[in-house]
Amino acid sequence: MTYPAIHIDNLTKSFGPVNAVDHLDLRINRGEMFALVGPDGAGKTTTIRILCGIIPPDGGEVSVLGFDLRRERQHIVNRIGYLSQRFSLYGDLSIDENIEFFAEIHNVRDYKNRRDELFDYMRLTPFRSRYAAQLSGGMKQKLALACTLIHKPELIFLDEPTTGVDPVSRRDFWQILSDLLKSGITIVLTTPYLDEAERCNRVGLMNNGTMMVVDQPKNIKKMMQGTVVELICDNIRAAYKILKEVEKVKEVQAFGDRINLILEDYDSGFPKVESILKSRNITIESSRTVTPSLENVFISLMQEGKVDTT
Amino acid sequence: MNAITVKNLTRKFGDFTAVDNVSFDVKRGEIFGFLGANGAGKTTVIKMLCGLLTSTSGNATVAGYDINTQPESIKRTIGYMSQKFSLYEDLTVSENLNFFGGVYGLNERDLNDRIAWAVEMAGLTDKKGALTGSLPVGWKQRLALGCALLHRPQVVFLDEPTGGVDPVSRRRFWDLIFTLAEEGVTVFVTTHYLDEAEYCNTIMLIHAGKIVAGGSPRQLKTEHIRYPMLEVNCTGIIESLNILQQQDWVIESSVFGTLLHVSVENEEAGSRKIKEVLSEHNITVHGIERIVPSLEDVFIHLTDKP
Repeated sequence: MTYPAIHIDNLTKSFGPVNAVDHLDLRINRGEMFALVGPDGAGKTTTIRILCGIIPPDGGEVSVLGFDLRRERQHIVNRIGYLSQRFSLYGDLSIDENIEFFAEIHNVRDYKNRRDELFDYMRLTPFRSRYAAQLSGGMKQKLALACTLIHKPELIFLDEPTTGVDPVSRRDFWQILSDLLKSGITIVLTTPYLDEAERCNRVGLMNNGTMMVVDQPKNIKKMMQGTVVELICDNIRAAYKILKEVEKVKEVQAFGDRINLILEDYDSGFPKVESILKSRNITIESSRTVTPSLENVFISLMQEGKVDTT
Repeated sequence: MNAITVKNLTRKFGDFTAVDNVSFDVKRGEIFGFLGANGAGKTTVIKMLCGLLTSTSGNATVAGYDINTQPESIKRTIGYMSQKFSLYEDLTVSENLNFFGGVYGLNERDLNDRIAWAVEMAGLTDKKGALTGSLPVGWKQRLALGCALLHRPQVVFLDEPTGGVDPVSRRRFWDLIFTLAEEGVTVFVTTHYLDEAEYCNTIMLIHAGKIVAGGSPRQLKTEHIRYPMLEVNCTGIIESLNILQQQDWVIESSVFGTLLHVSVENEEAGSRKIKEVLSEHNITVHGIERIVPSLEDVFIHLTDKP
């Protein structure tokens, strides 16, 4: 158990002229929940598909759960689970039949106890005979996860698992993930929602096929250059327009009832903001500095030219 | 002036009441967030407001038109963009815009003006000839928005517009929405992502067919969660959650990724008791911090009742 769950050295993969994965190095520890985030086309899904043995890499060394991807692919495939973006369920099969199908694919003969356990645990038991197509987004997601877990994998990959799932189901889903983590399963997931990534042990920001930053969310937030200030004032929209033109303000983000500003230097920048708004007759009701979100950091790294924008 | 008024709106399907006596107003130029879990009645409300479904009782107007008697006028006055974008993947960007412009009955001159506007707004100038299917999700999203706005609607409905869109494109999308609202377009949006609901001026929360809360994001956070909320970082999240849920001094607790959110009556006493009870069970507490509840906490608080 001294080896990491995933060990990637100098991985490359191109599709024609496009370097989808470009000299990527990454280690993911056993028993951690790891989020892979980045813009569209960053290489997240390609990386996951390589790790799952679905597509072959062009170069580099990859080991998963201690097995070499080239020489011991089957050992890896037997020990991992993959939940793709579209959940890959059969709409015209029942919940029970979907599980049976996945059990057969994975050559799990004695799956019935495991199945009942998973259904109970995910509160799917009352709906077993329902067709997958008739399930809500949240139930489909749980069924897809149950299918992914039928062969007791040690490591699971979840590609955008919560897209289109409502908040209550999403909360249930995160609770299930925490439970899985407790049982020792390693979880690697991708998400376009950075508040979700923030709940993981570590986050990797990926762009142009390589990793820009890999660290705990709290450390990534410390990388933020500048101070985030939350401003509550009358006429948010007018203030937003004015502040966008102020030089000392690196970025303005307008929310429904407040504005977040990123100031390179608070001490010199904030008095400037105050005086400009005052001169335009906008009253600041309150202001405070707030902890940057992962989204703030992500956008800021990007603006420094470290990430290409689309 | 209100862009949308909804009064005692009710819709039944057989014995089932999907929308139950719902009332609210949406001001002109407002970004209005309509939130609810699957099956809460969101889609039924939107269908009625778009003139696609009549009400069983109660009434609503959109841009001054009655949903039950003037649905055709409503359809001409509103724009609608769905989660799936409804674009033709095998048509180019220009062809999609042309097609939707035709559907909305724009004359040729107007159509050319509006297509030029939409392409510019969506940042697709270099991509006019590109096949829609080949575009990244964020670009498709902006194209779909452009299509929905070609006929200069006064009210635009965005039904889960950002599913699967990356953070950079999403930020850009909300900047566009903000500009639209400032020009006086009323934006009615649904989303499952509560960090996004923060962009809305007003949020209405529907649960089991009824409105359970409404207000600005700040109002929702301060009016509905009255007790201090603590974020607990400790080992054994699930075990800790089970222990805390058995304590009568814990008001609410839930998992938040690798952390716990716990509501208590008093910050200091609560924080001390959490440390005590968890360490009795040999759980190490790495840190406890008071946090401002997120909209997600509010949503769970209001809707997750058995």
